[in-house]
Amino acid sequence: MTARVVITGIGIATPNGFGVEDYWAATRVGKSAIGRITRFDPTQYPARLAGEIRGFDARDHLPGRLIPQTDRMTQLALVATDSAFEDAGVKPGDIPEYEMGVVTASTAGGFEFGQNELQALWSRGSQHVSAYQSFAWFYAVNSGQISIRNGMRGHSAVVVSDQAGGLDAIAQARRQIRKGSKLICSGGVDASICPWGWVAQLANGRVSTSENTERAYLPFDADASGYVPGEGGALLILEDAEAARQRGAENVYGEIAGYGSTFDPRPGSGREPGLRRAIELALADADAEPSDIGVVFADAAGTPELDRVEAEALIEVFGAAGVPVTAPKTMTGRLYSGAAPVDVVTAVLAMREGLIPPTVNVSLSPEYDIDLVTAQPRTAHVRNALVVARGYGGFNSAMVVRGTDR
Amino acid sequence: MGRRVVVTGIGVLAPGGIGAENFWSLLSEGRTATRGITFFDPSSFRSQIAAEADFDAERSGLSPQEIRRMDRAAQFGVVTAREALADSGLDQAGLDPYRTGVTIGSAVGATRGLDEEYRVVSDGGRLDLVDHRYTPQHLYNHFVPSSFSAEVAWAVGAEGPNTVVSTGCTSGIDSVGHAVELIREGSVDVMIAGATDAPISPITMACFDAIKATTPRNDEPEHASRPFDGTRNGFVLGEGSAVFVLEELTAARARGAHIYAEIAGYASRCNAFHMTGLRPDGREMGEAIRVALDEARINPEAIDYINAHGSGTKQNDRHETAAFKLSLGEHAYRTPISSIKSMVGHSLGAIGSIEIAASLLAMENHVVPPTANLHTPDPECDLDYVPLVAREHTTDTVLTVGSGFGGFQSAMVLARPERSAA
Amino acid sequence: MSQPEFTVEDLKRILVEGAGADEGVDLDSDILDTGFESLGYESLALLETAGRIEREFGITLDDEVFIDNPTPRELVAAVNAKLPGSVAA
Repeated sequence: MTARVVITGIGIATPNGFGVEDYWAATRVGKSAIGRITRFDPTQYPARLAGEIRGFDARDHLPGRLIPQTDRMTQLALVATDSAFEDAGVKPGDIPEYEMGVVTASTAGGFEFGQNELQALWSRGSQHVSAYQSFAWFYAVNSGQISIRNGMRGHSAVVVSDQAGGLDAIAQARRQIRKGSKLICSGGVDASICPWGWVAQLANGRVSTSENTERAYLPFDADASGYVPGEGGALLILEDAEAARQRGAENVYGEIAGYGSTFDPRPGSGREPGLRRAIELALADADAEPSDIGVVFADAAGTPELDRVEAEALIEVFGAAGVPVTAPKTMTGRLYSGAAPVDVVTAVLAMREGLIPPTVNVSLSPEYDIDLVTAQPRTAHVRNALVVARGYGGFNSAMVVRGTDR
Repeated sequence: MGRRVVVTGIGVLAPGGIGAENFWSLLSEGRTATRGITFFDPSSFRSQIAAEADFDAERSGLSPQEIRRMDRAAQFGVVTAREALADSGLDQAGLDPYRTGVTIGSAVGATRGLDEEYRVVSDGGRLDLVDHRYTPQHLYNHFVPSSFSAEVAWAVGAEGPNTVVSTGCTSGIDSVGHAVELIREGSVDVMIAGATDAPISPITMACFDAIKATTPRNDEPEHASRPFDGTRNGFVLGEGSAVFVLEELTAARARGAHIYAEIAGYASRCNAFHMTGLRPDGREMGEAIRVALDEARINPEAIDYINAHGSGTKQNDRHETAAFKLSLGEHAYRTPISSIKSMVGHSLGAIGSIEIAASLLAMENHVVPPTANLHTPDPECDLDYVPLVAREHTTDTVLTVGSGFGGFQSAMVLARPERSAA
Repeated sequence: MSQPEFTVEDLKRILVEGAGADEGVDLDSDILDTGFESLGYESLALLETAGRIEREFGITLDDEVFIDNPTPRELVAAVNAKLPGSVAA
């Protein structure tokens, strides 16, 4: 039941970096990619900034037959998966097909694909809707397409819990490996920067309307006024540690050591939010004390109330300024289901280099007694990192990622 | 054997059967709830039939604000969760919020709400740059269907792990399977688990028209869903929800709960073949069944009834028949098999949970529901599909299966917990 | 005014627009008698293609049109037989 589960391959696509090297080169020095939206004209909308992946053309990476049947988020996920497999040094056929599976998280599915087909339906008629609308937009599409492209016939799954889902997927992958799967490809990618996706995101009332790329997304800052949405995510190859050792896996980035998940009480109940418990559950699951954690990758919602809840939970568990906290997602915007897998990647890379990437643009509000790593990266020897992810409506997930000795 | 998981409460909302009692009457009487679409004008569509639920949100106990902010599918989920909790004899005061979790399956989320809202913000598809001034605040709840499991958690007071499981048309089995894993591993003691979908909207009908998956048998809607019949030509879209209370066995026994069944085995496999197509040999579904039986420590011969996916497409019915023969051998020929989609249609992600409910009620009553509209056997589907009329049959162990877009194949074994190990 | 005609060039264009093209296949070579499956198009791609032909040419094709006409030559003939002005076969 308690097989160790390790990360042996990484594929990542974010606004500030495509591929592990590119992403880490940008992130370690605090290079932000937040800018004015270019994928459509945002002038008429109250919010106009996003973290976009620029210069990605799926046709450079994927078979022509896949292009018309895939949303951008699926294209990014397939390309990231290819990189993850290459990084892991695993080829389809190396591992029995029923012992490999895919567990992804999704937030909104292929929303841009859906937008195009809804427009075809309502402007031109039902006969104009694509045959591929039957699956290209739905939440399960990335797991399905990844399994097909890589011949993975084992247990596969899809979870939707907004931004917490990225960790929930990785935890479910770990569960399946402990039940006997040898390898699971897991993570999440979202990409809903299209007009229809944009107005849906604006509806939650938490998107920053600032026009200033350096002042729009300021978690834990006194000027926090919401978040900037982004697109992208990461796919990881997770393996049973023993199986990875036996096949001679070259990269063992880290271990998924602990996980906890809770849901907030009903609004207005007066009960304590669930985040502290999620963190404590993750620590207990990892058999770790708070003092074992060398860095926290914060959820960093960017709205004052949610920042306060997170800061209080961290102080409760780790004590005042008890652990370095950072939010590299200030460089990319919030990536929904892609955010936490990216943070897990950042965590293992940070532990590998001994460098905590910064939370850019933020001046810590005196209201929060946390040790936020701002402005400059910080060198640190870290053995265990905690990743925190929260989803709209009250989803709280936390994961302990343990570094590997090199 | 470690922690075992049992069902102690059922809530169902299906076309023609709102509430578990009405649902079972429909199934055991072999009545069908498929009809010409009334939700919108279907005249421009190839398939104009659906299994619609006559659902009155307010009469089902939802408040005006709940109704406003929830998509129809979320409303279904909350109503069935409340029914399941009441049926279990647990009440909110008796639940430890920290040890109670929620998983809700849904294939297509708030697709109906999204379709309606898109039409408004795009002014009938005219605007490329849709108008945010017409978006309701709850549009974000439609954008992210995890709002469904959030609503259920609020309704029952659950503060443990919470997620939506969305694996296409196996979501309703996989959601329950996921919940079972959480109880077994000890993360929680009680799960409110099930699935909901309300996909009957123009965009859904249009995309299934485009791949000719739904039946165009528009002249006889009540006989349009014909799984395993030689004249079948597609499925009938449905809607609905089923939610269960799952508990750890010893705790359920200790409080004297009525136990419907143990969820003894579950497995899911992927065909890695095609997003909508199935390999005729049924290999991956057969493998899922084999692993689920293995987990349940049950021999194939112990299966008393198979609740089939039985969507009513030629491809599915033959694929599934092959999978049963592959996994159960000769016993496949001796086992009654039926598809309730002949009566309640195919509600995508919800149907897997609705079929679990049907299986539990079959065990409860020792009656196997029929496959309605099965008059002309397909020579390539040569098993016992219980045509037209329900059958009294000792039913202690049930296999229920699902198959969906994305290639997902799932199987679940329900058994009486006191069974001797096979 | 000449009668509208459905050509193999129309077919290739519609296939690529609706379903893309397999890198291993040269659609500009002589494909008239090559089966659609060998050209890299499976059932869903052909359903999408049929839908597009129906919309563009204002006709209705039989559900089994690609089963009955598994090569471009046969399909072009079948579509042309449906166009106004054609002599019904």
